[in-house]
Amino acid sequence: MADSANSARGDLKLTRITKSYGDFTAVDDLSLTIPEGSFFALLGPSGCGKTTTLRMIAGLEEPTVGSIHLGSTDITTTKPYQRPINTVFQNYALFPHLTIFENIAFGLRRRGIKDVDEAVNKVLNLVELPHLAQRKPTQLSGGQQQRIALARAIVNRPALLLLDEPLGALDLKLRRQMQIELKWIQKEVGLTFVHVTHDQEEAMTMADTIAVMNEGKIEQMGSPADLYDNPKTAFVANFLGQSNLIKGSLVGTDGDSLVAELFGQKISLPRNRSHAVDSSIFAGIRPEKFRISLLQTPVSGNVLSGGKIEDVSYIGVSTQYQVMMPWGQELMVFEQNDDGVAPFQIGDAVNISWEPIFTFALRGDEDAEAGTEVIPEDLDEE
Amino acid sequence: MTVKQKDASIPTLPLGAQISRWIGRNLIRIYMVFAFTYLFIPVAYTFAFSFNDSGKSNLIWKGFTFDNWMNPCGAPEVCSALGNSIKIGLLATIFSTILGTMIAFAIGRYAFKGRSASNLLIFLPMATPEIVLGASLLSLFLVFQISPGFWPTVLAHVVFCVSFVVVTVKARIASLDPRLEQAAMDLYANEFQTFRRVTLPLVAPGIAAAALLAFSLSFDDFIITNFNSGTVTTFPKFVYVSAARGIPAQANVIGSAMFFLALALVIVGQVVSRKRKVS
Amino acid sequence: MKKISTPYLLLIPGFAFLFIFFILPIANLAQTSTQTPLLNGDTGQYEQTFRFANYIDAFIENREQFSRSFIYAIIATLIALLISYPLAYALAFKAGKYKNILLVLVVAPFFTSFLLRTVAWKQILGEEGFVVPSLRTIGVISESTTLTSTSFAVVMGMTYNFLPFMTLPLYASIDRIDPRTLEASGDLYANGFTTFRKVTLPLSMPGVVAGTLLTFIPAAGDYVNAQILGSPNTKMLGNVIESRYFKIVDYPTAAALSFTLMAAILILVTIYIRKAGTEELV
Repeated sequence: MADSANSARGDLKLTRITKSYGDFTAVDDLSLTIPEGSFFALLGPSGCGKTTTLRMIAGLEEPTVGSIHLGSTDITTTKPYQRPINTVFQNYALFPHLTIFENIAFGLRRRGIKDVDEAVNKVLNLVELPHLAQRKPTQLSGGQQQRIALARAIVNRPALLLLDEPLGALDLKLRRQMQIELKWIQKEVGLTFVHVTHDQEEAMTMADTIAVMNEGKIEQMGSPADLYDNPKTAFVANFLGQSNLIKGSLVGTDGDSLVAELFGQKISLPRNRSHAVDSSIFAGIRPEKFRISLLQTPVSGNVLSGGKIEDVSYIGVSTQYQVMMPWGQELMVFEQNDDGVAPFQIGDAVNISWEPIFTFALRGDEDAEAGTEVIPEDLDEE
Repeated sequence: MTVKQKDASIPTLPLGAQISRWIGRNLIRIYMVFAFTYLFIPVAYTFAFSFNDSGKSNLIWKGFTFDNWMNPCGAPEVCSALGNSIKIGLLATIFSTILGTMIAFAIGRYAFKGRSASNLLIFLPMATPEIVLGASLLSLFLVFQISPGFWPTVLAHVVFCVSFVVVTVKARIASLDPRLEQAAMDLYANEFQTFRRVTLPLVAPGIAAAALLAFSLSFDDFIITNFNSGTVTTFPKFVYVSAARGIPAQANVIGSAMFFLALALVIVGQVVSRKRKVS
Repeated sequence: MKKISTPYLLLIPGFAFLFIFFILPIANLAQTSTQTPLLNGDTGQYEQTFRFANYIDAFIENREQFSRSFIYAIIATLIALLISYPLAYALAFKAGKYKNILLVLVVAPFFTSFLLRTVAWKQILGEEGFVVPSLRTIGVISESTTLTSTSFAVVMGMTYNFLPFMTLPLYASIDRIDPRTLEASGDLYANGFTTFRKVTLPLSMPGVVAGTLLTFIPAAGDYVNAQILGSPNTKMLGNVIESRYFKIVDYPTAAALSFTLMAAILILVTIYIRKAGTEELV
C-alpha cells in the first residue's frame, strides 16, 4: 500500500482551486501553501467554503479546477485512502459497532499492519484514556469521543491532520481545555495540523497561521497578532474581534506616518498599516485601544472630540461604553477596570484618544458592516 | 402547616364523585386493560383449546389433556403443512432479502435517473391487494403451463416480500451517518473494505429485521398461497381447509407454540441489545 | 462512470424479478380481462377478443360485493383507527419504562397464525362460544340474534386482524412527537382537547395516513374473514374473484374484477395521499 502518494511528505500546496456545485461556487480560485509542521487554521463563517476546502484536501471532494500537491506529489484526484492525510471529523464519526481499540486500530489494520497493540496503546496513553480501550463509542462522553477521534487519526502518523470543527460539540469549558491540549499534542507529535473553525478565539488560541475565508476566497492570511493588529479588509477587521471603522480621507504625510482627516479632525497613522488605494479610507481602531477622557483632561496622540456617553456596561474586567460622536456614529470603547477610577456616566461629554500606531486604514469603498452579521453557530455546514 | 392538617381540611367527596375521579385519573390504564384483553382473547382461546381432549373436531370443550402437546403431529397433515410453510418461508426470505437489500442500497445510497420510478415500482406491490397479486401470478403460470405448487408459491411470496425488505433496509441505510463511511475511507479502507467493515455491519440489524419480517409475512400468508400452491398444503391453508369441519387441537398447539417461540425470540433480542448497550 | 453504473447493477436482479413476476402478471391479467369463451371450447378455454364490456358485465353483476368490499374496509379501518390511536398514544407517552414490553405485547397476538385467530373469533362468537349465551342472558341481544355469519362479525374480524398495521405506524409517528410541544401548547392556553386537535393530531398525521392505508388495502382485498366469519350475504369482491377462479373457471371475469379492485384502490389511495399531503410513505 505504500505507494508514492501514500508516503508523500512536505508542504501542502493548493493551486488555483475552484469547486462549484451547479451555479454555486463554494471555493473560488483559491491558492494556499501550508508549511510542513505548522498548526494552520482556516477560519470563516459557515458557508465560506472552509469545510469544502478541507474535504478536497482529504479527498472526499474533487476540485472542479486546480491542483493539490503534497510535497512534490500531485494528489488532486487520488482516493482518500491513498493519501497520508487523516481527518478528525465534526461529531467525530467514531464507528459505533467497534470498540475504542478497534476504532483506533482501524487505519493501521487497513494498511496491513499486523501488530497494532503497541501503537494503539501508546496513542491511548497520549490522550490519557487507556482504560477505555474495550468500551463502545456510545458509552463515552463528548470530550472522550473527541480525544478518541484524535487518537484514531494521529495513530497513523499522517503527513497532514485535518480537524473539522473538532471542538464544536463540546461545552465552553471543555473546549478551552481541549484547545490547550490539542496544541500540546501537535507539538508532541510534530504533525502538520489543518484546523477548520468558525470560532475566531479558537483559531487565535491554537494556530500559528490563520487564513480567514469569506465567500470561497481567502481574505487574509497571517499570524494571529498580524491579523488582529493589521487587518487588510473590513471583513477581517470585524470577524476577528470588533473594530470601529470611521469614514475619512488621507490628506498628507508626516515622515513614516500618514495624516488623515476624520470628519474635520486630523489624526495620524503608520504608513505600513494603510491598505487604502486612494485617499478615501476607513480608519480602524480596536475598541480596547481607545481611551476616554473628560473634556478638561489633557490627552496625547490621536484625539476625536465631541463625544457623549450613550451607554455603559460594566462587565468585570472591563467596562464597555457606547460613545456618540458629533457625526452620528456610535463608537465602542473597552476600558480596563484597573485604574480605580469610577466609570463615566451616561451623558458625560468626553474626548476619545489613542496611540497613532494602533490605527489601521482600509479602502474607503468597503462595506463597513462586512463580517459583523455572521451567525457562527451553524455547525452542519454541509 | 403540616400535610396532615391539610388533609383534614379537605372535605371528603361523595362516593360517586370519588369513583368518577378515580376513573378520570386512570382512564388510560383502564383503556389499556380493555385493549389488551381484546388483543389477547383469540390467543388465549387458541391456547386453552390446545389442551382440549377434543378428538377430531375442536369446537366444544370436552376435557383437559396434554396429549396434543405431547404429540403435535398426531393429526394428519398438520406437520407436513407446517414443514412446507417453514421451507417456503425460508426460501422466500433468502431470495427476497438478497434482492431487496440490493435494491435498498441502490435507492438509498445513489442518486440516479429513474430513482422515483424505482420507488414507485417498490410501492406498487404493497398497494396491490393480495388477491390481485395471487390471481395475476396464477394466470401467468397458467399461460406458461406451469402448474401451481411449491416453487410457484415461493416465487409468489418473494414478490410481496421484496418491497417490505426494501422499505425496512432503506430506512436503516437512511439513518446511517455518511461521515462514518467517509471516515473509513479516510482511514485507508478502500471501497470494498469500507463496505465490508463499516457499511454492512451497521446496516446488518436492518437486514435482519427485514428477513424476520419477510419470514413472518410468508409464513402467515394465505391468499397468495391459496392461488399458487396447487396441491401443496401450507399451515394457513391447512387451517382454512379444515375450518369448516373443525380444526384439530394440534393446530392450536402449533399456533400457541409459534406464539411463545416468537415472544421468547423478541424478548431475548431486546435483553441482548440492552445488555450490549450497558456493558 | 462508476457512480452511474453501480446502482443499476444493484437494481437489475430485483427489478428483473419484479418485472417477470409482478408487472408481467398484471399485464397478463389486463389481457385476460378482455377475453371471451372459445366457441365450442372446453370450460376454461378463452380467446382474446378485447371485449371491454367484460368490465361492465362484471361490475354490474357484482356491484353489491364491490360496494360491500369498500364499505367493510372503510368501517374496519375507521374502527381500527379509533382503537389504535389511544393505544399508540398511551404506549408513546404514558407507558414509561414498560414501553418496550407493551409494544411487544401489542404485536404478540399476531405471532399466532392469521387463520387460527380468525377461526378462534368464529368459535368465540359462535353459538357454542361464551359471548352469545351471556349476551342473551343479560338481554343485550335477542334469542334469535347470532353474531357469526353477520357483517358485524366480518368487519370485527378484519378490524382485529389488521390492527397492528394501524397501531405500529401510529406509534412510530406519535413517539416522535416531542412531549415539550404538548406542554408548550398547554402553556399557551390550549386545553387538553385543543392541544390534541391542534398539536398532537397534526404531528401524528403521517402515522394516521400510513396506518389507514396499510389497513385499508389488505382489508379491501380480503376474503378470508368474510369466508370464515360471514355468510353468503356478506360476500366481498375477494370471495367472488376466488370462486370465479377456482369454481367457475371464469378467468376473464375474475381478471376484470381484480383489475377493477386494484384500479379503484390505487385511485382512492392516490386521492387520499394527495388530500392528506403526505407523499413520503415509501
